[in-house]
Amino acid sequence: MLDNSRTASQQLLRWGIYGLLALMALIYLMPLWVMLLTSLKDIEEIRSGTLLSLPQGLNFDAWQKAWSSACTGGTCEGISPYLANSFLIVIPAVAISTLVGALNGYVVAMWRFRGSELFFGLLLVGCFIPFQVVLLPMARTLSFLGLANTTTGLVLVHVVYGIAFTTLFFRNFYVGLPRELISAARLDGAGFFTIFRRIILPLSTPIIVVTVIWQFTQIWNDFLFGVVFSGSDTQPVTVALNNLVNTSFGGKQYNVDMAAALIAALPTLLVYVLAGKYFVRGLTAGAVKG
Amino acid sequence: MNNIDAVQTLSEAKRAPLARIQDRLADWLPKLVLTPTLLVVLVCMYGYILWTGLLSLTNSRLLPVWNFIGTGQYDRLFDNDRWLVALNNLVLFGGLFILVCLALGVFLAILLDQKIRQEGALRTIYLYPMAISFIVTGTAWKWLLNPSLGLEKLVHSWGFDSFSFDWLVDPDRVVFCLVIAAVWQSSGFVMAMFLAGLRGVDQEMVKAAQLDGASMPTIYRRIILPSLKPVFFSAFVILAHIAIKSFDLVAALTGGGPGYSSDLPANFMYTHAFTRAQMGLGAASAMVMLGGVLAILVPYLYSELRGKRNA
Repeated sequence: MLDNSRTASQQLLRWGIYGLLALMALIYLMPLWVMLLTSLKDIEEIRSGTLLSLPQGLNFDAWQKAWSSACTGGTCEGISPYLANSFLIVIPAVAISTLVGALNGYVVAMWRFRGSELFFGLLLVGCFIPFQVVLLPMARTLSFLGLANTTTGLVLVHVVYGIAFTTLFFRNFYVGLPRELISAARLDGAGFFTIFRRIILPLSTPIIVVTVIWQFTQIWNDFLFGVVFSGSDTQPVTVALNNLVNTSFGGKQYNVDMAAALIAALPTLLVYVLAGKYFVRGLTAGAVKG
Repeated sequence: MNNIDAVQTLSEAKRAPLARIQDRLADWLPKLVLTPTLLVVLVCMYGYILWTGLLSLTNSRLLPVWNFIGTGQYDRLFDNDRWLVALNNLVLFGGLFILVCLALGVFLAILLDQKIRQEGALRTIYLYPMAISFIVTGTAWKWLLNPSLGLEKLVHSWGFDSFSFDWLVDPDRVVFCLVIAAVWQSSGFVMAMFLAGLRGVDQEMVKAAQLDGASMPTIYRRIILPSLKPVFFSAFVILAHIAIKSFDLVAALTGGGPGYSSDLPANFMYTHAFTRAQMGLGAASAMVMLGGVLAILVPYLYSELRGKRNA
């Protein structure tokens, strides 16, 4: 009898835990769900219904508008051109910063020399400085180099301030590899780059995936550098989205806003769904270490 | 046989100087590889910080002029009501954001640690906002918190007609809107950190405490959570860092309004340095932000390094 009541109360407790977890999951999901619902309604439905009322049908007008004809500040071409801009910025910036980070991490972890730890320490601080403190000089430098308002300029900025993190990732990964790996290869006469290419790089797949995902999310989601250093035709999608939402010619179009926001969020969400494990690993590696 | 030996010694003798050069190059190569990054770090981080620091001591407006006026910009900054509002908001926003994120993160992590079925799926759901840009988060919550068509209307439709929720347009409450959106975005991350920490807790210790008759809540309170102190510490530093840098969320959710009631320091800096031609003042505000980050970071790094040395 006593036993029974105890299991019953334990059962109750477990139901409570599951209930709470499910409720929290619903709360976390609600904004995304509301965005999706709103993007499928027309303005009349939005005004007459509530956030959670279902659309009368699948109406993709708002998506079409957001994609190709909504106004973002000066022009009215939707956010698709800016989505392309984001890719043009993100792809080279991720590739370069990952490569440089891999080489730096390889040196700092496996070819230590007097001063290499100091170098790493100096670099680490770069993970934490508030970027406001470099914006003004960087703006002057970019215009001096003739790169103001260009995609190249933005790629450069993202590489410069991304290296600290990518080096950190690779260094922490390489520190965990056995050192005999390279001392044996050195005895066999293999050089710096041969060891890197033949031995280290083939072992690096997991950390490359983590770094690429981290950098992709960071740079795709950047707004600060985008708003300060881009021109009207090189804006990344985050800046364009913000302009779209805050431009209002004759009445707010919440459905178009939501469709545009979903489009801007889709690439990183997709990466998260497909490679969530690596995403979490990047977050904790980039955050806990330091 | 002899011939072959002779050929070999000959070729080795020939190779010797070349090999020496190669050896020396091999010594230099690692340093050479780091050089570009070192230059970039010295110029684009430390050099720029110095540059901004110097700018903050001048009366530069639209363009830099090297006319030094001492700490005049800092005096102006701390006389500026908008800056004081921004600092005040940062304390309120940062404090609440960190507190709620920590509480919620720990709570979710403990719940998820009870051998939950579908743990992976739930974790994915709690964490997905972290993959989204603050601009998207701000846009979404701006709609959810819309005073007439958003949550207020939804609750009215459930029959609570007197429910009123207009924080987004209330200068005294608008900062709480920033907190809500930021917590939604970042609390899952804290959950992930604590869950990883919980998985590392020594199970023997927990079992021993259970045998002694301690209840689960007591075990969490007395044994498990205290052992996660480093995780609390890291999470605090990261959240504080996110709070101080917060810029995009304000831009997207409130635009700093109503008026400038929801401005944060990062927004103040951007507005003055880039749209109001107050470069000196903007630089001064950036330096104060840097000071704030260092005040949190230096003790953290110090204790981390000391901990490693002791270990």
